[in-house]
Amino acid sequence: MSATKQKTVYETVIGLEVHVQLKTDSKIFCSCSTEFGGAPNTHTCPVCIGLPGTLPVLNKKAVEYAVKAGLALNCNICDYSKFDRKNYFYPDLPKAYQISQYDKPVGEDGYIEIEVEGEEHKIGITRIHLEEDAGKLIHEGTIDFSTGSLVDYNRSGVPLAEIVSEPDIRTPAQAREYLVQLKSIMEYLGVSDCNMEEGSLRCDANVSLRPKGQKEFGIKTEVKNMNSFKAVEKALSFEVQRQKKILDSEKKVVQETRAWDEDLEETISMRGKEEAHDYRYFPEPDLVPLEISREWINEIKEDLPELPRVRKKRFIDEYGLPEYDAGVLTDTRALADLFEDAAAAHNEPKAVSNWIMSEHLRKLNEEELSPGESKVKGRQIGELLNLIEDDTISSKIAKDVFEKMFITGQDPEQIVEEEGLKQISDEGQLEAIIEEVIDENPEVVEDIKNGKDKAVGYLVGQIMQKTKGQANPQKANRMLRENIKKD
Amino acid sequence: MKIYEMSAGELLDKKENGELDTEDILNAFRERIDEVEDRVRAFITVSEKEVSEELAEMETGGELEGIPLAVKDNMSTADMETTCASKILQGYNPPYDAAVIEQIRKQGGVIAGKTNLDEFAMGSSTENSAFYPTRNPWNLDHVVGGSSGGSAAAVAAGEVAAALGSDTGGSIRQPASFCGVVGMKPTYGNVSRYGLIAFASSLDQIGPLTRNVEDSARILNVISGHDKRDTTSVDREFPDYMEFIKEDVSGMKIGVPREYFAVDFDKEVEKTVKDSLEVLQEAGAQIEEVSVIEPEYALAAYYIIAPAEASSNLARFDGVRYGSRSAAEDVSSMFTRTRSEGFGEEVKRRIMLGTYALSSGYYDDYYLKAQKVRTLIKDRFAELFSGYDLLVSPTSPSTAFKIGAEKDLMEQYRADIFTVPVNIAGIPAISLPCGFDSQGLPVGFQIMGPHYGEGAILQTAYTLEQKLNLEQKPEL
Amino acid sequence: MISREEIKHIAQLAHLELDEKQLDKFTEQLGGVIDSFEKLDKLDTEGVEPTAYTVPMKNIMREDKVEESYSQEDILANAPDKKKGHFRVPPISGEE
Repeated sequence: MSATKQKTVYETVIGLEVHVQLKTDSKIFCSCSTEFGGAPNTHTCPVCIGLPGTLPVLNKKAVEYAVKAGLALNCNICDYSKFDRKNYFYPDLPKAYQISQYDKPVGEDGYIEIEVEGEEHKIGITRIHLEEDAGKLIHEGTIDFSTGSLVDYNRSGVPLAEIVSEPDIRTPAQAREYLVQLKSIMEYLGVSDCNMEEGSLRCDANVSLRPKGQKEFGIKTEVKNMNSFKAVEKALSFEVQRQKKILDSEKKVVQETRAWDEDLEETISMRGKEEAHDYRYFPEPDLVPLEISREWINEIKEDLPELPRVRKKRFIDEYGLPEYDAGVLTDTRALADLFEDAAAAHNEPKAVSNWIMSEHLRKLNEEELSPGESKVKGRQIGELLNLIEDDTISSKIAKDVFEKMFITGQDPEQIVEEEGLKQISDEGQLEAIIEEVIDENPEVVEDIKNGKDKAVGYLVGQIMQKTKGQANPQKANRMLRENIKKD
Repeated sequence: MKIYEMSAGELLDKKENGELDTEDILNAFRERIDEVEDRVRAFITVSEKEVSEELAEMETGGELEGIPLAVKDNMSTADMETTCASKILQGYNPPYDAAVIEQIRKQGGVIAGKTNLDEFAMGSSTENSAFYPTRNPWNLDHVVGGSSGGSAAAVAAGEVAAALGSDTGGSIRQPASFCGVVGMKPTYGNVSRYGLIAFASSLDQIGPLTRNVEDSARILNVISGHDKRDTTSVDREFPDYMEFIKEDVSGMKIGVPREYFAVDFDKEVEKTVKDSLEVLQEAGAQIEEVSVIEPEYALAAYYIIAPAEASSNLARFDGVRYGSRSAAEDVSSMFTRTRSEGFGEEVKRRIMLGTYALSSGYYDDYYLKAQKVRTLIKDRFAELFSGYDLLVSPTSPSTAFKIGAEKDLMEQYRADIFTVPVNIAGIPAISLPCGFDSQGLPVGFQIMGPHYGEGAILQTAYTLEQKLNLEQKPEL
Repeated sequence: MISREEIKHIAQLAHLELDEKQLDKFTEQLGGVIDSFEKLDKLDTEGVEPTAYTVPMKNIMREDKVEESYSQEDILANAPDKKKGHFRVPPISGEE
């Protein structure tokens, strides 16, 4: 008998539950504002703090956004959908039930395509449904000794779309890419900001391992409290390794909820949270059902923008951009729109791409702005590039002009005009300055005449200085040489 | 006739021809409350406003100008405590008026006070009030019925001209029957539930309790209508219900459900109701026996659906945002202690029943099954109403029983047997007095109609009321 | 028949605390009511759709329009305990 035992090779199985805050102006069931921030309990009314006697009224925009998201995620939109109550007690849940959707969600059976390390994967979407958000709790005292909690219901009733994936994800990197794609799609649709740090995108993961080739799933854990895409990847990598160690030592994984601790960089057990949970779902009697007609769906469909993956492919095919550029530019809709507007004004896509990817993204980063928040229009970037091309300004000046455009949102021509930044190409004007420089630097001129060609650069520098950088450098160089030779 | 004995219609007429003014009316009812309320205890809160204040605040020119009305204490009022007769809501002051309160005020109605009820409208005697039982003006040792018992008693005792109640399984009609007044449950969706503290959302409906049928039509006109804050309220053209106040039942086809009369119930009630059937027949109505689904099934479905919805509706009473709170070390114990100390026994029982019916593993057997039975009952009613204009039955299997009478739970729940099917099907029904038993206690006659069939119900009830011409009044 | 243990579990779900006497009483009473539900099995509901809404309506929605919220003062007016514009509750220890 052989003593060596083959170590089992495991396959990772991950499913993600993502909550996306929908960008409606008012809450899902009342007319309070959804605005983030604000003094505690000031975006509230009897409905969203659950006063007895109040009733919910469904926000049509929230339904439209959920249908839109469902369509973009390739879901079947259900023609009959309804709301249900999910019953549980928690101080942030004002009615002690959450209005959600149980067996008749807005959409089902969709997918997202992702690409990781050159490989394509299709991740199934089980369902997308609408629900209401809960309030926010602030804990008093320390972690070890809490003296109480404070409740703010401003967030209570903000519309959420819950998007549940199939357990089709095989690596933490795929999980991250799934989220990147999901965020990008939502952002394109304009239905959510998907800001993980602000909580407008929240993600929980179900993770399990099984021996490669086995059909049945292993025992899973649910991982919560991951507050960035990076955290998702790290937390899942940790959890996979943790479960692998347990299985390698021939022990059993405990089915439980675990929280990711960003500081410790590990997942921590939340102690059998679900044992007491029985949500007692039943149809919400205060809301009538939804019939999402073909006409309505078609109307929403017509409004769907080109989605990121399709657009990326088109950027490669139509503009001849490298895949990397196309990827970066189509990451957000605002940036992709900016590029296309710029490329329409300046017919050299690669030059446009270069400018946006270097100058524009650098400025956005510096100012901590998202692409949608910039004042600069694509057309203006195209015009700026035109000014370089036709020698009206040098690329160096162009960078200064762009700084101003970025702050004021003015057209580049206007800035160049107002600040007198036009490149001096007029030969008479240049000649006068060249004469001046030659007169002031007889030794250098002598050196050049003696073959010290490098000194030309010094004189050109002097010309640039006198013209505050506006002299056309190529022209100045040529005319200077001619002048010296002529003497 | 004394002012406090008059119906809203009579009061409005007297105002119209100058015999009375609003001040006289409000003063007369105030005095009556002072005179009898100690004995009847119909109210939880009586408005503390001076009559002069009421006059100053009152809208003028409306359909109910200067008419004092009582409102069951499960409807939110911005100027009066709203308790649901529960310790858990003692001291709760809603920051808004219920939709019906807005409508009443808009038409010049004066809210005289908030009436007693079985805690959270759960019960049929008003003995389940956390505060005190209301006493029947016809015999103070007897119950008023429930859960809108305070409203029924206040009208019967002349403390107000009319009142509002809510009906989940008979809570308007049964106390109306016990107190000898008219009580109407409109079609589900006819009246906005916004501001009504929910018991069972898919069954609850607000309606009037009045001295006569005409006043019910008058108040129905005021409170019916679409409200965009209640998405279950119907958006349709509402008729002028006063147009149905006419004596005419000729050609009206009325079904008498055989299965209702097969139920074991009080013989005197049966006789009184059957006598009224003859009156209707003589007046020209066509009376025929029909077959319905046995009311026991509706009762069973009701005692699954109503508690299930209630268990969820009453979960919000957790001591966080309003109402009472019991001290505890942590939030979970605070929830439990607040609820255990704040709710009375019947409320706890129904929350338990509902929680069980919805809990994992039982949903299909109970809640889902009940919802399917509901379909059968609703469909059967619809089928009958394609051949008949109305159905009639007793409102309650008995007249008002004694306060404190020992009854086992099933027996208590059976008090709703004739009223519950109406709520299960969402149809309208009225209860009007049709006579008295040998103890001198009123008997109620129930008329049921199809969805939006309020008109035919009112017309038939009015005709019967005129023919019977009952003149007895409770002596207090 | 429902067991005492089940009644205990249901009470826990509903956040109600029942003393021994109440437990006995509820076990018996609710057991009786629940048993009475068995009569529903006599009705054939095979293929019958459940009714959640007696008056059939659908798609009642409002436009996405913000209206003024209530003041913080009004919202907190009935709070049993409040602090700095918040509702205040005892510590959340462990899990709900």
